[in-house]
Amino acid sequence: MPGNVLVTVGSTKFDELIRAVDTHIFVAALHEQGYRSLFVQRGDGEYLPHVLVPRGRNKAKLPGNFSVEFVQYVPSLHAHMEAADLIISHAGSGSLFEALSLHKAVIAVPNGSLMANHQEELAVHLERLGHLVSATPDTLARAVRHLNPGALTPYPKGSPQGIADAIHRLVGV
Amino acid sequence: MPRPIHHTAPEKTARTLVVLGSGGHTAEMLALLKHLDMDKLRPRTYVIASTDSMGAQKALAAEKAFSASKDEALDHANIVAIPRSREVGQSYLTSIWTTLVAAWAAMAIVWREAPELVLVNGPGTCIPLCFAAHLFRLFRWGTRIVYVESIARVESLSLSGKVLYHMRMADAFVVQWPHLQQRFPRSMYRGSLY
Repeated sequence: MPGNVLVTVGSTKFDELIRAVDTHIFVAALHEQGYRSLFVQRGDGEYLPHVLVPRGRNKAKLPGNFSVEFVQYVPSLHAHMEAADLIISHAGSGSLFEALSLHKAVIAVPNGSLMANHQEELAVHLERLGHLVSATPDTLARAVRHLNPGALTPYPKGSPQGIADAIHRLVGV
Repeated sequence: MPRPIHHTAPEKTARTLVVLGSGGHTAEMLALLKHLDMDKLRPRTYVIASTDSMGAQKALAAEKAFSASKDEALDHANIVAIPRSREVGQSYLTSIWTTLVAAWAAMAIVWREAPELVLVNGPGTCIPLCFAAHLFRLFRWGTRIVYVESIARVESLSLSGKVLYHMRMADAFVVQWPHLQQRFPRSMYRGSLY
């Protein structure tokens, strides 16, 4: 059974994360944990991967039967999320909750250059609740090595219905 | 002319203004809209930032999400643009002028649409609109302002949230984490969008 890993930065720029992913240290950590494929949605950043894949190419087969692919965007990230066993995501709320509601192992990497987005606040909080692991680009490989997916608490999916009911009551419809 | 005695009351509806913003805000708003009774919250007006080239598509996507057919989309809705009060990185001096322009545009929209419900979740464009709606209801009773703080806000309120909370402008101030509700007692927690 191939363990699939998805890295996604959504529609943002997050070169620090893509640079940390494009390393043999990171792949070695994934391989050690039993993962055999890495799919990276790299978004709008300027950094072009060239360590794991030859410059100008987006795919490679690495030793140990490990495949890696980088793309800028995909039509349906959701399909890739469903196929993944581990999702490493920027800490945007949309991506995080989509990954969590699929009950995947999630490592959140807040984008430090987007201070106003409060990504870190959300990632740290969800980590405290035990739903995911929070890391930085520098600690990502270590976080993979220490990851124990079974120890994560499944996220109880929320529902907008309560808020919708309150709104209906307020306007009397 | 005498009034008809047998009068069937039309179903109660509420004219609704929905403010759309950037990526995360819009996704949360769409999640909420899908759970609202769109047969009753109509007609709807979507307010987008004039610099947001994707804004109209977002509003259309919102309508499609709960229309039975594509042709029906936007039957009960229209889209208006409002200038942003402040772009990222804009100087404070020029933003005084652009804020005034945005405030004027917001007044015109609120006056024209006369909403009974204003639904906002935090993009910068929502502040002038909420001020306008707040002013508007001094003259015309019945406008309700609902603010839904982003699920990304765990420890503190966003700038828009702070302004609306402390100026008591929202009739319902919704947060999505129970302990944030405890920190801001006038807010309400009714579960989360995700």
